Amino acid sequence: MSQLLSQVFATLSALLLAPLLLGWVDQSRAWLANRSGPGILQPYRTLHKLFNKESVMADTASPLFRFVPYLIFGCMLLASAIIPTLSTDLPLARAADAIALVGLFALARVFLALAAMDIGTAFGTLGARREMLIGFLAEPALLTVLFSSSLIANSTALKTIVNKVSQNEFTIYPSLVFAAMAFVLVFLAENARVPVDNPATHLELTMIHEALILEYSGRHLALLEWAAALKLFAYSTIGIALFLPWGITGGMDPQRVILALVFLILKLALLGVILALVETLSAKLRIFRVPEFLATAFLLGVIGMLTHILLGS
Amino acid sequence: MSNISIQLINLFAAFLLMLAFAMLAQRRVLNLVHIYALQGFTVVAATSVVAYVTHQDHLYFSAVMTLVLKVFFIPWVLHRLIKRLNVRWDVETLINIPSTMLVGIVLVVFAFNLALPVSRLSSSVSPGTLGIALACVLLSFMMMITRSKAIPQVIGFLSMENALVFAATSATYGMPMVVELGIALDVLVGVFILGLFMFQIREQFESLDISHLENLKEG
Amino acid sequence: MSPLLPVLVSPLLGFVVLAAMGHRVQGRNVNVVFSFGTFLAASILTVRIVADGPIFALDGQFFIDSLNIFLVTLTAFIGFTTSLFSRPYMRIEEERGKMTPNRMRLYFSMYQLFSFCMLLALSTNNMGILWVSMEAATLTTVLLVSVYRTPSSLEAAWKYFILCGVGIAQALLGTILLYMAAQRVILEGENPLLWTNLNEVKFLLNPVIMSLAFVFLFVGYGTKVGLAPLHNWLPDAHAEGPTPISAVLSGLLLNVALYAVIRCKVLTDGALENNFAGHLMVGFGLLSVLVGAFSLLRQRDIKRMFSYSSIEHMGLMTFAFGMGGPIANFAGLLHMTVHALTKSAIFYAVGHAAQKAGSQVMENIRGLIKVSPTVGWGLMMGTLAILGMPPFGIFASEFLILTSAMRQLPWATPILLLGLGVAFAAIFSRVQPMVFGETTVKRLPHSPALLPVFLHLGIALMLGLYIPGYLQTWFIQAAKIIGG
Repeated sequence: MSQLLSQVFATLSALLLAPLLLGWVDQSRAWLANRSGPGILQPYRTLHKLFNKESVMADTASPLFRFVPYLIFGCMLLASAIIPTLSTDLPLARAADAIALVGLFALARVFLALAAMDIGTAFGTLGARREMLIGFLAEPALLTVLFSSSLIANSTALKTIVNKVSQNEFTIYPSLVFAAMAFVLVFLAENARVPVDNPATHLELTMIHEALILEYSGRHLALLEWAAALKLFAYSTIGIALFLPWGITGGMDPQRVILALVFLILKLALLGVILALVETLSAKLRIFRVPEFLATAFLLGVIGMLTHILLGS
Repeated sequence: MSNISIQLINLFAAFLLMLAFAMLAQRRVLNLVHIYALQGFTVVAATSVVAYVTHQDHLYFSAVMTLVLKVFFIPWVLHRLIKRLNVRWDVETLINIPSTMLVGIVLVVFAFNLALPVSRLSSSVSPGTLGIALACVLLSFMMMITRSKAIPQVIGFLSMENALVFAATSATYGMPMVVELGIALDVLVGVFILGLFMFQIREQFESLDISHLENLKEG
Repeated sequence: MSPLLPVLVSPLLGFVVLAAMGHRVQGRNVNVVFSFGTFLAASILTVRIVADGPIFALDGQFFIDSLNIFLVTLTAFIGFTTSLFSRPYMRIEEERGKMTPNRMRLYFSMYQLFSFCMLLALSTNNMGILWVSMEAATLTTVLLVSVYRTPSSLEAAWKYFILCGVGIAQALLGTILLYMAAQRVILEGENPLLWTNLNEVKFLLNPVIMSLAFVFLFVGYGTKVGLAPLHNWLPDAHAEGPTPISAVLSGLLLNVALYAVIRCKVLTDGALENNFAGHLMVGFGLLSVLVGAFSLLRQRDIKRMFSYSSIEHMGLMTFAFGMGGPIANFAGLLHMTVHALTKSAIFYAVGHAAQKAGSQVMENIRGLIKVSPTVGWGLMMGTLAILGMPPFGIFASEFLILTSAMRQLPWATPILLLGLGVAFAAIFSRVQPMVFGETTVKRLPHSPALLPVFLHLGIALMLGLYIPGYLQTWFIQAAKIIGG
């Protein structure tokens, strides 16, 4: 029973913390740009506003268009729930296989692209093509990162990876250093952050992720925004699980879980500031340089794997 | 032998490999010089750790020599050369940068394969680093081949020499002092001669594009 | 005091002195004096070796045995005769405006430094110092090749530097691997890089490491020998540098590089059961013979043509040493000696011929006999010698190599014969109109240096007919050391 409670608690905390993380990153960007910013709770206000608005749809929309936001939200929620954010022993954690996770993100991406092309506007197709380009290159890079960690833990299950790195004494794994650098690059690309895509842009020709959801409004848009926040949360927790897993508990008793939550919030806060810093210091890349960016990520991932094979760590 | 120092040596080796790739990916010449200086610094750090772990004092001396020569002096000379020649151009490559990187990965795999039987026999602290040093040598060699301007070729040559010093340090705890001094002297003189040459080439051809230097043919 | 010391000190002193005063008129005479001093010291060393056998020097760091003594004397001798040749040749070049006094100073000082580096490489016992001196020799010749400062000489020097620099870096990697193998078997207190120490324990060296080490050493030093496919620097460096430097490169530096390869081969053969090193040398030697011979057909520049001939002959020598066995090794050593003498003689004649005609392109040099019989005959005799005409020495060594090949590696014999035949046809057909026929060349303002040409050819002739007793002994002993 306590297992189920802990699992629900972990899922709920993911659901509620994701917009907070998004708000924290935006607020940090504002502070770094010497603006006063909209406040950390702004995403909640946005979601509340959107849920109370009417959802207007084009006449040419098919049932797919209506159904995709729910699918995406479901995927991202599932991803955030199964990643071992607070504990490695939750019932759903057994499903958290690295390759399955990548497959989940790929599923969401495919349907989002389809929905964007569904209406038939030019911007939707533009965004869909760019999104698929990035996904096509980012996915192998992400896989190599996950494989580097898997080679160390001899398993692709995230909980085993977390246990291996956090339970043993502190060791520097050179392959993980490379994998971490590759992961950062993939993180920036997949979550539509500068330098790949500016989330705050209003110029349609420069949009990648925003162009995909341009036609949505009302509750559909709310679900998609929430899903984007959950994706950011999921990626951050994957990064923490792979590279900074200290604090994630092995058991399920409530005190340890709440302590793990505190650690998680601290780590996310730190990561949020670093993300804001990276975004402020970089300039957005031109679209044709993005493949190079991702090729670098892939390369670093491959070097990480090769160094593991050669050096044994 | 403390575990953490072996991991540090491995980490520095991995760093060196990353810097070799970073050199291949650079578009600006000044960044190449900075990466070269960073590479030298990594070699110095690795040499110091090996010296500490194996209690070989002559390696400290070698580390200091590398520091003075390759982290400060040679990059300074290259800097001045770039400024006086006024060549802040983009690096021009014969094949584009993503393809260069892919070929680089193939070379790394090849080098690791070559070095694996030898690493198993090595009795040094960190046997795997020989493969990495070999990979860095091959990557610098590729950089020399695929660049069509003089200064990136020179930097490729210097970074190859850096990788060799690292190989010597990690596989055999450095070479005898006399040999190391000789190598350092050769590198220094080589840089001077190359610098001299670049002025001459620029004087004759008004450009440092190496493709101008392809007129000597048969018959 | 060890008799080796003056051999090394003399060129080093020459470098210092000429760096100070080389631009003066007397510079070229001072150059001759120092080269003669080196030769004298080498002769005294030879006498001592004949009397006492192999010697060590400077706490075991230097070692002279039968393998390198004749090379040391040969280097000193050819260094001396080339300095004699440089006197009128460079004087004419200076008067024609191709050299300035400052560049003359660079030329003479680097010439002495280059001699020092080569003698150091030959006499050192330390494999690391061998590498350092080979690299230093490369650096000095780079400066010498580019001394005219024309666009093509800069191109040649740059290509030379990059290609040989990369090659030498491979050799450094090979040396590091050799050191790694050595550290495992050599006892504490003994220097693991000394060749004599390594020679004693070569059967204990790990075969995996040694085979990898030899590959790198062969690629590295082999580039400097001029073996195909890494020979591209050789024709350009020969053609664009001053002719004395072409003579010294072909005659001496290639030999020293081959000597380095041989020393490494001895160690590798001891470590490995199979004939891996020998096979590599046979293969690349044959390749160089073919590449050199067939490239001769396309040449228009006389110095490029003879440089390809050098590639061919170095390939032949590498093949001989790769084959192994007492006769082939003996032949290879003899070939090293006579090739150096003959090729440098040819380059002396070619140098003056090109100066007379004002161009290095063969079509512009015609009828040398009419204007200057000595240069014409020198070129003719030298060409006949290098092509293997009896009774010159090259005939003897090529004959020995071919007969050993017929016995040990019969499939290689037709390839060798093809290469030698093509070379004969190509070179002879080009040289014949240059020497005989209607003339277009002019007289030179200063009398050419012809003593070196005929001196070398005379020695080559003598070695074809009669090899002095001590030289024979050295060759036989060295052949035994090389083994195979």
